[in-house]
Amino acid sequence: MDFGSINPVLLIAALMLASTPILLAALGELIVEKSGVLNLGVEGMMIVGAISGFIVAVETGSPALGFVAAAIGATIMALIFGVLTQLLLSNQVATGLGLTLFGLGVSALMGQSYVGIRPPASPRLTFFGLSEVPVIGPIAFNQHAMVYVSLALVVAIWWYLKRTRSGLILRAVGESHDAAHALGYSVLKTRFAAIAFGGACAGLGGAFLSLVIVPQWTEGMTAGRGWIALAIVVFASWRPWRVLLGAYLFGGVTVLQLNLQAAGIAIPVELLSMSPYLITILVLVLISSDKRRAAANAPASLGRSFHASA
Amino acid sequence: MKKNIILAAIAALGLGAAAQADTTKVGFVYVGPIGDGGWTYEHHQGLLAVEEEFGDKVETVYQENVPEGADAERAMTQMALQGADIIFTTSFGYMDPTINVAAKFPNVKFEHATGYKRADNVSTYSARFYEGRAVQGHIAGKMTKSNKIGYIASFPIPEVIRGINSAYLHAKKVNPDVEMSVIWVYTWFDPAKEADAAKALIDNGIDVVLQHTDSTAPQAAAAEAGVISFGQASDMAEYGPTPRVSSIIDNWAPYYIDRVQAVMDGTWESVDTWDGISTGMVKIGEITEAVPADVKAEAEALRDAIGAGEYHPFTGPINKQDGSVWLAEGEVADDGTLAGMNFYIEGITGDIPN
Amino acid sequence: MIRLEKRPTPSRGWAWATPIVAVLATMVAGGLLFGALGSNPFEAIRTIFWDPIFGEFAFYYRGQLLVKAGPLILIAIGLSLGFRAGIWNIGAEGQYIMGAIFGAAVGLAFYPMEARWLIFPLMVIAGVVGGYLWAMIPGILRTRFNTNEILVSLLLVYVAEQILAWMALGPLRNPDGAGFPGSRNLGQYASSANKELIAGWGMHWGVVAAFIAVIFAYILLSRHILGLNIRLAGEAPRAARFAGVNPERLVLLCLGISGALAGLAGLFEVAGPAGQISIDFNVGYGFTAIIVAFLGRLHPIGILLAGLLMALTYIGGEAAQASLGLPASAIQAFQGMLLFFLLAFDVLTNFKLRIGGEARA
Repeated sequence: MDFGSINPVLLIAALMLASTPILLAALGELIVEKSGVLNLGVEGMMIVGAISGFIVAVETGSPALGFVAAAIGATIMALIFGVLTQLLLSNQVATGLGLTLFGLGVSALMGQSYVGIRPPASPRLTFFGLSEVPVIGPIAFNQHAMVYVSLALVVAIWWYLKRTRSGLILRAVGESHDAAHALGYSVLKTRFAAIAFGGACAGLGGAFLSLVIVPQWTEGMTAGRGWIALAIVVFASWRPWRVLLGAYLFGGVTVLQLNLQAAGIAIPVELLSMSPYLITILVLVLISSDKRRAAANAPASLGRSFHASA
Repeated sequence: MKKNIILAAIAALGLGAAAQADTTKVGFVYVGPIGDGGWTYEHHQGLLAVEEEFGDKVETVYQENVPEGADAERAMTQMALQGADIIFTTSFGYMDPTINVAAKFPNVKFEHATGYKRADNVSTYSARFYEGRAVQGHIAGKMTKSNKIGYIASFPIPEVIRGINSAYLHAKKVNPDVEMSVIWVYTWFDPAKEADAAKALIDNGIDVVLQHTDSTAPQAAAAEAGVISFGQASDMAEYGPTPRVSSIIDNWAPYYIDRVQAVMDGTWESVDTWDGISTGMVKIGEITEAVPADVKAEAEALRDAIGAGEYHPFTGPINKQDGSVWLAEGEVADDGTLAGMNFYIEGITGDIPN
Repeated sequence: MIRLEKRPTPSRGWAWATPIVAVLATMVAGGLLFGALGSNPFEAIRTIFWDPIFGEFAFYYRGQLLVKAGPLILIAIGLSLGFRAGIWNIGAEGQYIMGAIFGAAVGLAFYPMEARWLIFPLMVIAGVVGGYLWAMIPGILRTRFNTNEILVSLLLVYVAEQILAWMALGPLRNPDGAGFPGSRNLGQYASSANKELIAGWGMHWGVVAAFIAVIFAYILLSRHILGLNIRLAGEAPRAARFAGVNPERLVLLCLGISGALAGLAGLFEVAGPAGQISIDFNVGYGFTAIIVAFLGRLHPIGILLAGLLMALTYIGGEAAQASLGLPASAIQAFQGMLLFFLLAFDVLTNFKLRIGGEARA
């Protein structure tokens, strides 16, 4: 087999770009789920982020402001979910699905007059010629700013969950909200903060699609990436490093299969196009077959409503 | 017993509503959102052109995002019940539903895009996009420096395969060394995947990107990499003069106006329309200054020759991929073979998925 | 300060009243939305909620309500069993697709033989098997390798979609279709057609199956030991283990039932309303059914009503698009709002609102 025209350096650079929306959204959802809340509305928050960011970037000419607006727009969506599930104790699964439906509709309404517009370019960062260094340059020193932000978030979230008091409280709330409440921690405050953070991250992921990868606004343009982000959190068994691994694995296989086609490798296309899903499942099966470890990491209160009955 | 009553009621209502109306009611059933910037967007431009043309004499209704199957049947029935005189159903997957509903409403005219089943009150219409692909292929063959051109394709259906063959054939004619890579994204709609596909092509040394998908994502990827591309479905002029050096535009307005007029005049008949550059159903977007003047002149000459009917893009000698003869010297492809085209021509590497 | 006080038992009165209050609230909020978009809010609300049931063309829409609600209810019933037991099958959409492919493949294999008594039942069985097998993948991976079923069932939806496209373009493509994608029309082949049992009523075998499933689930949950085990496993997993419930068997059983019902829904859809295997055969019933299951509070009767209500918003929403020119996105946002209100007002069933002061114990 001849992989002749595939350049591994370009492949890695491309997979980092392609994986970033899923990585951002999945990192947000990781924090949400760690606090014991299951928000299935990632797709809806992403798409509202995509259009909010697009509108502001187009109107102000600043992609940076666009990303800020994306985070705010999606956070508002997340707060709707928060009010419903935390204050009114609605079912989280159904509310999350409703949020996705609502987000797809609202984003299309918001974006009616933004179809066919080219947003301001958000250039790649270059580090004084470091991006020209062979191999390392294109991978490490010639990416969009949000790629670095997403990687920094992985480290920050790992550190936050592992090393900070606030992270410990978040995990405690996720493990047993009753115990955390009895110890005097505010379950509601913690969860609201987590839900808002999850929204902001999903919004950034959505805007990365509409402002960097595509860049364009079309209805429904997230095309299911929010769902993949949810799957990646499970894949990672709620660990930040494995979220990174999962997102890059999924994005990597997607990019690789397209490259294999471009290089004319004779593998049936049907097989190639289902490969990202199959390989993600396969890898999860391999790493989760150790029974004790995998189950231990799921937040015990995940998806359960909390009501302080005192 | 009950069955007959209901069928009669449906027929009577359809008939009655259509007869009462003093304005002509025109319905459109869309498979995507009107904001998709591509296929459905262009059909909706056709609706707007009909409104513009006829003003108060028409009333238009449309329904977007209609899935194929039962939902499409309901959308059409709904329009027919509410007195539509003519209904345009704008996706291949609406073929059987259109035929089914048309049988229940013999007095309503139906127009189905890209299908092959007709009835007394069902016409079909489609566009010869492959004519536009020939022009693109010519420009691509002349412009490529790496001799590698790429094609982003949705699903392996005859429409798409025809475009690939036409583009390759005309690139090869002007540049015998040209190679073409095809990426099947296996989706109608996923802009980010189109972007990834374009990047994959470019990373593999391709310097001309053609697309049979609707979003501008490949244009943006081409712009960043400094290679050239072509607009698809709509002009995508915002990416000119480069990377977008030209485009194929779906232009349904003249046909829609024509057919609505025929309903008004009472001259509507079931027909099978397959138009191209000659009637303007397929338009070639402006060829920008990024293309050298001589290449531009050749491309325009090619366009005009096709439009005038002097040249058919599939004129022999052409062999199939396996080397067997498809068209002998001077022979022209017949519409039947073209309509169901499911083979590559000689020189394209790779297999068509099936 | 408003606070919530848990009721000792859910209020029966509010359980019935909250959906009505929620729908009324949605009408107000939706009316504002439609008004803001330049439509007459009263007309829009009437078109969505009233016209499909009582309007001029209700004779047609009532049947269509069943066509739309049938698969939703059938799938949601299956899902609800697993959800009660804490088993998360998010991939009913994929099982629905595989049921349709299996069933259609059997029907097409016999074409053009005329033997409805043989072919149609075989298709039904194949549909059940297709959905069941597809659901067994997450089932077996979960019980054997402890792989999370949410992820596996969800990702298998995308795999099923790719298989669907492959089938429509390859093995199941209509040989007389001039190279176009899509299978033969099963609805036009007498031995495989899942036609309306009474023309114009919308009632086809899939709707019948949905009603049977509702009754079956009702009896199972209220009378049968298995139903008790399912409820026990969801509410008190440890107690269930002590009571001798085998969790692995329960996972396989719940996933199996939901997969089989989703597959059944897919088969009836492909042989009836949809008619053929095409690239875009699936339209999201498997995901909407999750909403229906929870909206119905995982109770069979609730699911029946929730399925009909969801169907009404689809049908009415389409009518509002066609007759009032409302964009599809406004309808989607409206459906989202309806869900929010239904879910939010549900709090009144389990809690009392107290204004100010401390709650009395």
